[in-house]
Amino acid sequence: MQPFKYTKTTDVIATTKLLAANTRAKILAGGTNIIDLMKEDVERPDELVDITNISLAEIKINPAGGVSIGAVARNTDTANHQLIRENYPLLTQAILAGASAQIRNMATNGGNLNQRTRCPYFYDVAMPCNKREPGSGCGAFEGENRMQAIFGWSDKCVAVHPSDMCVALAALDAVVIVQGPTGNRSIPFTAYHRLPGDTPEKDNTLNAGEVILSIDIPTNSFQNNSYYLKVRDRSSYAFALISVAAALEISGGNITQARIALGGVAHKPWRTTEAEKYLVGKPANENSFKEAAIIAMKDARPLKHNSYKPMLATRAIARALMQATNGVAKS
Amino acid sequence: MPEQTDNQDLTDDEKSLIQEILSEDESNLTPYGESRRNFLKMAMLTSGGLMAFELSGAQGFFADSLTDSPAPGIIENILRVAFKVNGNKKSLDIDSRMTLLDALRERLQLTGSKKGCDHGQCGACTLLVDGRRVLSCLTLAASCEGKSITTIEGLADNAKLHPMQAAFVKHDGFQCGYCTPGQICSATALIEEAKRGELSYLSTDVRSKAGPLELSDEEIRERMSGNICRCGAYPNIVDAIKEVHSGKDVGQHWQFLHEGNNAFSVGNLMQKGGENAAI
Repeated sequence: MQPFKYTKTTDVIATTKLLAANTRAKILAGGTNIIDLMKEDVERPDELVDITNISLAEIKINPAGGVSIGAVARNTDTANHQLIRENYPLLTQAILAGASAQIRNMATNGGNLNQRTRCPYFYDVAMPCNKREPGSGCGAFEGENRMQAIFGWSDKCVAVHPSDMCVALAALDAVVIVQGPTGNRSIPFTAYHRLPGDTPEKDNTLNAGEVILSIDIPTNSFQNNSYYLKVRDRSSYAFALISVAAALEISGGNITQARIALGGVAHKPWRTTEAEKYLVGKPANENSFKEAAIIAMKDARPLKHNSYKPMLATRAIARALMQATNGVAKS
Repeated sequence: MPEQTDNQDLTDDEKSLIQEILSEDESNLTPYGESRRNFLKMAMLTSGGLMAFELSGAQGFFADSLTDSPAPGIIENILRVAFKVNGNKKSLDIDSRMTLLDALRERLQLTGSKKGCDHGQCGACTLLVDGRRVLSCLTLAASCEGKSITTIEGLADNAKLHPMQAAFVKHDGFQCGYCTPGQICSATALIEEAKRGELSYLSTDVRSKAGPLELSDEEIRERMSGNICRCGAYPNIVDAIKEVHSGKDVGQHWQFLHEGNNAFSVGNLMQKGGENAAI
């Protein structure tokens, strides 16, 4: 690990100034990803700014509607908070599908958004990777790419975003509130992470010096009919091959609103708006769900080793929607 | 201080090795970075019993490594951090890079917490910070200012084992034992989490009010998935945790094979024991 200066801040403005003044500084919150990456020499900050003492750990009712979850609230506390359990059981399930109890105790919500890909070519400093070292090439594109993307990739990068929590937040139309050196702004969740294009080194649309304050989730009526399904190589503590955040509003057996977001398929959580639109007005049954799943997969572009993903995703989407209909997360 | 004598019993190689170590700056003689090399040389000499001749210079080295004093000259971006470990106040001058795991093992001689993968994948380094289970290999010591840390060494009440330790012994919840401190620390936290009603991915009643939970074997396995046991003692680990969690005796599902207990009756035992039967 490269030597670095450890700085503790208690103030957001001071943090944004620190980060703007030193482009080699990085934020430390839960540390579960950045410390690992520093041990691997993938991340080489010369300063770590510990923000866990900033009062951004609250989970509270948002006066503008919905709930606001603080950037440094821990994943465990978020998943188990009564406001989240009651109003966004999909988010609770998604958080609990990720990592292990120890890691969820450490990891923060902001850190979950900003975690880096687990693409093995990104992690191995002996391999080419445009995300780690722009211009060095993409090892996974022609290499081992069983876990990689089927949507939105470029020949510069085929990595996927590893989060489960973010898949649920994308489905729930969350908004990311950030503070920069010159003020606040809010970013719709689906615009927070980006596709790789020619600049895969940029995971998200944060500007230099910007810090996440909170993630705000609007009110909805998906509580009775939502489900987070994660398909992985082992039944716990593994990254998703495919994951599905499914949320439905059903009235008299017919779907009035639908949300489907996928994990493990792209450089960002993947919303399938066309499939969602198709479901509105349809009966909540297996046929509708299978049809929607096929629509969701129609533009999939698998790589050499992940051609299994579109079929797996088709079935996972239909199953998640079915379980959402059956109301697994009921009170 | 005893005079250095020219020991006729030593070979030329051994003499030069001792000379090399003793001539180096003592401040370098700590188990960090470059001085690992010296440590290995020392180990070569001590394993041959040769250090008995030349302890005068080496004492400083061992004394340094046995106290929680700083290691001047080696560490970068030095900072002082104070926290409690198993109820005792500790203050250390550390390199900003030092993890909590390394601080405990290398500076405070608390080697119960194990370094398995050092990348947050195996759970061997699991311990409690302010009562919550975390991975000490991914925790910077610098970030523990003012916190209260409990390691495996702090669970027992003097000579009385913590109930989880006793249950692991009773149920043979280990073979090699390397993952065991992490497993036990993790399991003690799991019990408290269940009492608080914290959920897992297997929880079906997500929207209910949080209250004490009764965990199935599958739930225990899911909640312990951050602790890997390469010996595969999982069935016994689950039994140990179930016993502490339920407060009821959990029978051992194994028995020794003996004459008359042939393959046929082993089959019977499997049937009786159900999926927990382990032969």
